[in-house]
Amino acid sequence: MSKLYTGAEIVFKCLKDQNVDFIFGYPGGAVLPIYDELKNHSSIKHILVRHEQGAGHAAEGYARSSGKPGVVLVTSGPGATNVVTALTDAYMDSVPLVCISGQVPTHLIGTDAFQECDTTGITRPCTKHNWLVKDIKDLPKIMHEAFQVATTGRPGPVLVDIPKDIQFAKTNYFKPKKEKKYNGKLNNKFSQREIDDLINFISNAKRPVIYTGGGVINSGPRASDSLREFVRQIGFPITSTLQGLGAFPGDDNQFIGMLGMHGTYEANNAMHDCDLLINIGARFDDRITGKIDEFSPKSKKIHIDIDPSSINKIIKVDLAIVGDVNEVLMATIKKLNKEKKGLKTSNKQNLSKWWEQIQKWRSKNSLGFINSKETIKPQHAVKRLYELTKDQDTFITTEVGQHQMWAAQHYKFNKPNRWMTSGGLGTMGYGLPAAVGVQIAHPDKLVIDIAGEASVLMTMQEMSTAVQYNLPIKIFVLNNQYMGMVRQWQELLHEKNYSESYSEALPDFVKLAEAYGCKGIKAENPSELDDKIEEMVNHKGPVIFDCQVDPTENCFPMIPSGKPHNQMILGPKDHDGNKITGKGKALV
Amino acid sequence: MSKPKSAYSIPTKKGKLDTHIFVVWVDNESGVLARVVGLFSGRGYNIESLAVAEVDATKNISRITIVTTGTPQVIDQIKLQLKKLVPVHKVADFKREDKKVIFKEMALLKVVGKKKKIEKCIKACKTYNPVILDKTNISVVIQITALRREIDKMSKKLKPLGLTSTSRTGAIAMTRGSEVFK
Repeated sequence: MSKLYTGAEIVFKCLKDQNVDFIFGYPGGAVLPIYDELKNHSSIKHILVRHEQGAGHAAEGYARSSGKPGVVLVTSGPGATNVVTALTDAYMDSVPLVCISGQVPTHLIGTDAFQECDTTGITRPCTKHNWLVKDIKDLPKIMHEAFQVATTGRPGPVLVDIPKDIQFAKTNYFKPKKEKKYNGKLNNKFSQREIDDLINFISNAKRPVIYTGGGVINSGPRASDSLREFVRQIGFPITSTLQGLGAFPGDDNQFIGMLGMHGTYEANNAMHDCDLLINIGARFDDRITGKIDEFSPKSKKIHIDIDPSSINKIIKVDLAIVGDVNEVLMATIKKLNKEKKGLKTSNKQNLSKWWEQIQKWRSKNSLGFINSKETIKPQHAVKRLYELTKDQDTFITTEVGQHQMWAAQHYKFNKPNRWMTSGGLGTMGYGLPAAVGVQIAHPDKLVIDIAGEASVLMTMQEMSTAVQYNLPIKIFVLNNQYMGMVRQWQELLHEKNYSESYSEALPDFVKLAEAYGCKGIKAENPSELDDKIEEMVNHKGPVIFDCQVDPTENCFPMIPSGKPHNQMILGPKDHDGNKITGKGKALV
Repeated sequence: MSKPKSAYSIPTKKGKLDTHIFVVWVDNESGVLARVVGLFSGRGYNIESLAVAEVDATKNISRITIVTTGTPQVIDQIKLQLKKLVPVHKVADFKREDKKVIFKEMALLKVVGKKKKIEKCIKACKTYNPVILDKTNISVVIQITALRREIDKMSKKLKPLGLTSTSRTGAIAMTRGSEVFK
């Protein structure tokens, strides 16, 4: 008879067989047997966070920057409920997470026991799937299945809820079965005919645009390589969603910037006027489409996505290819090389007029802003940060709000997996713990959280984690004392009634940094900015950088609500935009 | 037009609503019904009726039949979203007007009243396969099987004759002929 293992041992055996190196977690009564077992497994390192939400976001940062699933370990009740935000965030942005939660012993389930909650009930709508392990014999199978579900198809979070008595109970262990097709949930069955149709659309297009999303990143680094090859081969302009940044080089001439609510003038106008739209791994999110009825009205639309339910959900398309981005692109490239010899020369003529038009839109310089010698403009701060860090392999995370959009607009990404931001759920407080996870995955790389002062205070306690593990993360706070995006919407949509969007009391971030045992730097005017950024980058440990920026700066360009792509509000440099902006100074 | 005070888009006109019957084969495990029903409520889909029972005890398969309404786009989404659930094996969807499919719903009707009225009730049910399950001097329990709208009609008709209690199963469906849905 083979050896019997306890539930806690089985958890670790599974983690080892799934090549897990790090767990992000927080102990508590209902997971103590698992924590007790930790000491016997030196290949798995546990990162102790300060709040379970931080564990979830750190695991997300780890997963997104490394391509491996993030693993979270929390206790029952409050441990599980605290991680719900991070699970929902991962669900919206398709990040593979495996969350293991403790549960009260099986005989107490349903009795309102101490630290009991219906964890699988609460997390059902925010996970791809979840399991309550009621029988120790099911544990090995469920653990392997959990990793399988989290990482295949469109990735996402899963949760395994393990009652305390199951962690003590004993059973046999078996290794995961390799390459088992999972219940037909792997949707990668596109046909050669669909590829032929795609190429047909491509060769007939006069005004095409490629719109890429996080699906390219999720498909792995090779998908980004394929995308680059494909886009250069056909010579089309390419735009990207927030999540897709980095799949195609941000400083390449064929890249026309991010699209959507705060996207560039050229990207949004190209979307509106194009005759062929190729969506690769994006989901027609409402921040992208604007008004649905007037979304890209003149175009044929193609959608490449691994998730069949993304097809025709928002926008009806003319050709849908359900499959893995990399495989679809590789098949297309192969066929293009074989039949059309790359299309490059013929397409140049076909598209020359379209590129001229795009250059005209580009010359608007929609990301422009009026710089100042007295106050630091937030856009200027991001630009300087980019210039001073672009020569090394830098990983950027963000919180949510204006600073996030400025980071997306002004920081140029050249590689995938370098940009971690909460797009779908828009979770303030994401960036700092995510930076912790990124630094864990890449200990020798520069990791910067471009933050807002309001967001970063939501998960500030994770600085303590960074200090404990000596993670040299840099928290670059664009401090405008406002919830900037809320303030901006109040200015533009609510007659400047700045209801509760100003923080009347804020901590001294330099002293706060020192209290956590790390370095604090403050920059108050543009002349000292560069030196201070250098100081931050060169410091060996974690840093909180308090960058005092213009409190009333707005994030432009912007598509106002209910408007199509070609009716953007441009910044204060543009004359049409002047009547809407510029007045924002009348503040108390 | 006044300026919308929202960062979200304005709802556009809704298309025509169709009634569809979904048949979902699922693993019969705890919480599976909650997953299916939660998907409907969470995404704002409608459930008009629901019938669930295990149909294969060896393979542990339950069959869920859901009657719902939605625009063609929503119906497509429901199907694709259902297929994404891990314990779901297959999903069939039929238009209510589909001639190739049989839809049936069962109802138990309790009528309390004088003999004459009870007789009238039993007579009225004649076209819907009535079975008398229980009878006393002053009451009767009638089982009928019919379409949803026919049962609706019957309950309305029997109200003045002493119908006091109705219990219904929700529609179930089966394709006609020898074909089996794969």
